[in-house]
Amino acid sequence: MSAPPIEVRGLVKRYGALTAVDGVQLTVEAGDVYGYLGPNGAGKTTSLRMMLGLIRPTEGTVRLFGRDPNATVAALAGVAGFVEAPAFYPYLSARRNLELMAAFDGDSAPTRIDLALDTVELASRASDRVGGFSHGMRQRLGIAAALLRSPKLLLLDEPATGLDPAGMRDMRLLIRRLADEGMTVLLSSHLLAEVEELCNRVAVLRRGRIVYEGTIAELARGAGTRYRLASTDDARALGICVARPGIAEVGYEHGHIVFSADEQAVAELSRALIEADVLIRELAPQTVTLEDLFFSLTEGDGFVAERAEAAAAVPGAS
Amino acid sequence: MTALAAPSERSGAATGRRPGVWAVYRWELVKLRYQKRTYLGLGASILAPLLLVLAINLRSGAGHGDAFAFSNYLTRSGLVVPLVILLFGAIWMFPLIVALVAGDIFASEDHNGTLKTVLTRSLERHQIFAGKMLVAATYAVFAILLGGTVGVIAGSLQSGFNSLQSLSGTIVSAPRGLELVYASLVVYLIPTAAIVSIGLMLSTLTRNSAAAVVGTLMISLLIQLIGILPGMSGAQPYLLSTQFNAWQGLLRTPTDWVPIIRALWVSALYGVPALIVALLVFLRRDVAGG
Repeated sequence: MSAPPIEVRGLVKRYGALTAVDGVQLTVEAGDVYGYLGPNGAGKTTSLRMMLGLIRPTEGTVRLFGRDPNATVAALAGVAGFVEAPAFYPYLSARRNLELMAAFDGDSAPTRIDLALDTVELASRASDRVGGFSHGMRQRLGIAAALLRSPKLLLLDEPATGLDPAGMRDMRLLIRRLADEGMTVLLSSHLLAEVEELCNRVAVLRRGRIVYEGTIAELARGAGTRYRLASTDDARALGICVARPGIAEVGYEHGHIVFSADEQAVAELSRALIEADVLIRELAPQTVTLEDLFFSLTEGDGFVAERAEAAAAVPGAS
Repeated sequence: MTALAAPSERSGAATGRRPGVWAVYRWELVKLRYQKRTYLGLGASILAPLLLVLAINLRSGAGHGDAFAFSNYLTRSGLVVPLVILLFGAIWMFPLIVALVAGDIFASEDHNGTLKTVLTRSLERHQIFAGKMLVAATYAVFAILLGGTVGVIAGSLQSGFNSLQSLSGTIVSAPRGLELVYASLVVYLIPTAAIVSIGLMLSTLTRNSAAAVVGTLMISLLIQLIGILPGMSGAQPYLLSTQFNAWQGLLRTPTDWVPIIRALWVSALYGVPALIVALLVFLRRDVAGG
């Protein structure tokens, strides 16, 4: 059995007292389009830098197709990508930059450079200096530089950040097409729509730790269904919700009590409310978006405080 | 968007063909061609002897005759011009010229953010270091030989391609004098190599081009300052600045090899540790920014 494209075990990176990455474990299988999610400062870019051998882990291991990128650059054979914005020599043309990259890969086939430029729709600007390129053009040139390596694994750090809507759509289409051609992709992003559209699996990172790893569907199932409740006495209803077993993540948003629960718990809650003489005006399931899940995972510490604030905001609550 | 490259046409990274130091060297030279600082340094190398010749011409033309300092030497043979440039260029000009490239060559990668780009291709860090080091050395050699050659041509046009008076007072023929001029340029490269190493070290340590260039020049000036401090005359033979005068041993009869041999090991004492520090920093550093 061949080694997976990415296998990370117990990855830690500390900068003095700050732990930027804290025990990350993940496995990206061949053919995955893997979303690496997290808010700014969660440790995504630091993780990617370690995966590409740019910084050394404090602890733990990274293996790309079974090879250690921190031991030798040969481990990056079949791997390409960029971290943060792709960078080029501003005083050289796009073609010259790609020629340099190709030469640094032991390859100088001009047809490959033409094809790469064509793929990212920069053929007409090939002779222009990169210093005059827009952010979006640099992003696309970054993809072209990565494609020159004929990668089996592509690591992309926020590839659509800073692009206009058309540029973001083009970038998504390009990544989708590369994935369809069999390329494994690790996509670091905080653009949830992009991840939801492209990725079959995700890891959610929070303060350097992975708080979820799996498919988006599993994530949605695991979160339970969210419900919205309006009653004749929201203050009492909120108290009942908080006290009921099986009712979780209770909050108060836009004049409604919101909570997570399964169907059985909701049925029992309905009976408890009626027995308490609290009449239900509205009780409906809510669609859980990846954004909801993302925030519930990455802002966990804030949830208790939010709940307390929500309770205080309920009309009639003392 | 069109189709990606055909699977049959695999890149070097995919086929296992490995590039080497030569690829870095060649492309660093290409990069130098596109950078202004390259031409600033080379322009100074060309301009300095031309200005000297112009000054000689103006003084001679103004009827001052032999009135100005060293005028007898300078007007007797054009071969003296490059030697005068070597003498005065050691103070700050040549250290600055070589620092323009050596101090910038790693730091500019940090500035442009391109270090992460090149380090994720197929070259080991030590190969990138070696290629860049060789280019910084090549630039230094080229700048000094260019300055010397312009000095020979301009000086010969002004004062003639005449015999040269050695520092021992003997007269050497013009062809032999030309040999000595180029041999002097080669000897001059020995302490220059140490300056290049210091520039490379500061380039990797500071990751800031301006700081590395100015820092290299400051170190060079500081070493000269130590040499003129009272009570420091005993240290003079072991200062890097002194080694810039080692070429004068070639202009003595018989040739004085002592300062040249000392220049070799004293320059190595300055240059090799600086180069080792630069290499270790580059090999071990985390590329968290550039």
